[in-house]
Amino acid sequence: MSQRVGIEVSIALAEAVKMANADVIAAYPITPQTHIVEHLAELVADGELDAEYIPVESEHSAMSACMGSSAAGARTFTATAGQGLELMHEALFVASAMRLPVVMSVVNRALSAPISVWGDHSDVMACRDTGWIQIFTENGQEVVDNTLCAFRIAEDNSVLLPIMVHLDGFHLSHVIEPILMPEQRYVDAFLPLNKYPLPLDPAKPVAMGDFAPPSIYTEMKWAQEKNLQKSKDTILKVWEEFNGIFGRQYKPVESYRCDDAKILLLTMGSYSETAMTTIDKMRNKGYKENVGLLRLRLWRPFPHDELREAIKNADVLIVLDRALSFGGLNGPVCMEIKAALYNEAIRPKVVSFVGGLGGRDITVADFEEIITRGIDIARNGSEQEFEMFGVRE
Amino acid sequence: MENYSIYVPKLITKKENFAPGHRACIGCGEALAVRLAFKAIGQNVIVINATGCVEIFTSQLPYTSWRVPWIHTLFENTAAVASGIEAARKAMIRKGVIKDTNTKIVAIAGDGGTIDIGLQALSGAMERGHDFLYICFDNEAYMNTGIQRSSATPFGASTTTSPAGKSSFGQFAWKKDMPAIAVAHNIPYVATACPSYPFDLMEKVKKGLEVKGPAYIQVLSVCPTGWGCAADLSIKVGRLAVKTGIFPLYEVENGKYKMSIDFPGLRPITEYMSLQKRFRHLKPKMLEQIQQKVIEKYEELKEKAAACEYNCQTVLED
Amino acid sequence: MGKSENELTWKELEVGGIVTEPGNASQYKTGDWRSQRPTYDFNKCLKCGICQIYCPEGCVNQNNQGYFEADLYYCKGCGICSRECPTFVITMKEEE
Repeated sequence: MSQRVGIEVSIALAEAVKMANADVIAAYPITPQTHIVEHLAELVADGELDAEYIPVESEHSAMSACMGSSAAGARTFTATAGQGLELMHEALFVASAMRLPVVMSVVNRALSAPISVWGDHSDVMACRDTGWIQIFTENGQEVVDNTLCAFRIAEDNSVLLPIMVHLDGFHLSHVIEPILMPEQRYVDAFLPLNKYPLPLDPAKPVAMGDFAPPSIYTEMKWAQEKNLQKSKDTILKVWEEFNGIFGRQYKPVESYRCDDAKILLLTMGSYSETAMTTIDKMRNKGYKENVGLLRLRLWRPFPHDELREAIKNADVLIVLDRALSFGGLNGPVCMEIKAALYNEAIRPKVVSFVGGLGGRDITVADFEEIITRGIDIARNGSEQEFEMFGVRE
Repeated sequence: MENYSIYVPKLITKKENFAPGHRACIGCGEALAVRLAFKAIGQNVIVINATGCVEIFTSQLPYTSWRVPWIHTLFENTAAVASGIEAARKAMIRKGVIKDTNTKIVAIAGDGGTIDIGLQALSGAMERGHDFLYICFDNEAYMNTGIQRSSATPFGASTTTSPAGKSSFGQFAWKKDMPAIAVAHNIPYVATACPSYPFDLMEKVKKGLEVKGPAYIQVLSVCPTGWGCAADLSIKVGRLAVKTGIFPLYEVENGKYKMSIDFPGLRPITEYMSLQKRFRHLKPKMLEQIQQKVIEKYEELKEKAAACEYNCQTVLED
Repeated sequence: MGKSENELTWKELEVGGIVTEPGNASQYKTGDWRSQRPTYDFNKCLKCGICQIYCPEGCVNQNNQGYFEADLYYCKGCGICSRECPTFVITMKEEE
């Protein structure tokens, strides 16, 4: 049902969008997203994908065109990165509040200034509260699989929310990996046609995007929040169905060698692969503590229950953020995790690191240092609320 | 009023695609312009509305004044949203997902939403050649937020952000020539209109709908609240904007200029300006400067039309 | 008539706040805004409909005799119809 090919992750992603038979792609080029949209433009130009490719004049217009397309009932895709995501910022809130199931790949990139085309999670963290479902991926296979799942989840009539599928710039987007490319007929079975319930159509006029006086704004926002929370049920169901057909299971929080682990590291995105190697290495060489890894896949809606379950036996939880929350207590993910655990009767010590900014590597040896330093901080304290890993003093 | 057109209103559809009960100010020229435009457009349309007066006064949850499909998302992106809808329908028709119903795509916005903050999205959509009609309802300032100047505000007008004062004569720049910018995109149809000339407006809207590709129409919409004129003078003030040459009515079809109405002699601008509070502070010298500029611009326009070898027709007489 | 914005609960809202009843704003009464009302001397009326064309509310309709008359449920009393009527049928009178 699948064929394994060596392929650049960006190209594989574009092929997944083709398999999903998207109707409209509206995108503006930005490094490191370009290979995705170039390949999509090529697929459309070659007649391999029957879609309209709108080469818009900005990311703001990309998201705006996507909103229009989605409201008209079309399957809609875009991709962006870093500054592009921030230029869309205003429109992101509208897409989710108006319940328009746009699928967007975000090739995570650091934010200016200074300008940097390389990867970190500054862009996504700035868009945390936009009301989008957000899924992190770690390798090319996960990118392809979750792009397909994203259409299915977004367009499910119980969800109708836009989704960001995150992949790290360059470290993931530009590498060539062996990927099992699903066969079209299985994709067709998994992904039904988009059926937006109330599209813009003269046969049945609707008004979308009315303004709300104070007497109804709260109800609108609560309905949106309840819906996003509830979307987790569908996300889990879709991942399960995907597993049934393709044999690969995804979870909101993935555990790696955690069963007996008292020391947990938590990462998001492609650096998790390196972190896994570190866990293996430390365990193989008989490190004095049992270490394990948690990978947070579902960023929004935040999987509180799964996280609490995953850490219940741990003494120490070390969180690596790839973004700063300027003037904040910790990295943004760490703050969220602390908040999720604060009311738990038994909870681990939580240690915050920020690192891997602007594309800087974190190696296996680096992760080992993070873990040992994290244990030290958990037991003996630190003068700082969080530490900036690898910074030259 | 023009005698010959006295019985013409009967020929116009009674169907209102724009329901009464909207919350526009008393005597709103923009509400009238929208109402007339959508009489011409009919029901087979999808409307994309920028944030602004029209959006606010026709939509308040859980109500709508629209009897046609309508969407509002943001302020500056109206043309981009229209691009997406147009492309979506094109793709879905081609793929057999929906039927080809020849549904028109009409984007509407104010002057701020078009000529200031929405210019980039509009330029992009016109350049890409989407098949849509864009109507700018130009009331010459940010009326919805409280009469702040835009780049469409005329020279000398006092607004809340270009107030006349001891060391200010009001708006310090000449009105941006948006129709010329639209023409520079080489689109098939550009026109100006005013609801004081309802049949001309409706004709142009129909033309704009029928052309393949982008069409741009700028409609002068008198705003009694923002301009400081009596509500019942809305139509008269619009008529004077045209007759003074301040807002000439013309069309540009495939780059060819054509005057819609020409007058043997233009009325002095003071006839127009004296009815409005926003110009009341202007001294004779300043009025003279404006008068010169208006004549100059009007002559330029007429020359363009003449150069296009079109006869200037007197469509409507005094 | 559906529930107003003060009554609707979050569960009753349509997906994304979409309004599915076209033109339901016509339930909203704008006639309350009026400080003057149009009055008619139909003897002078040509039934030309210019008052209807120029009405920003779109609330002028033909009555049983074919005369054009504003619907006072919506008429905001702007006076445009009175100003533009070629035969001076319409006089604006202060509301009591």
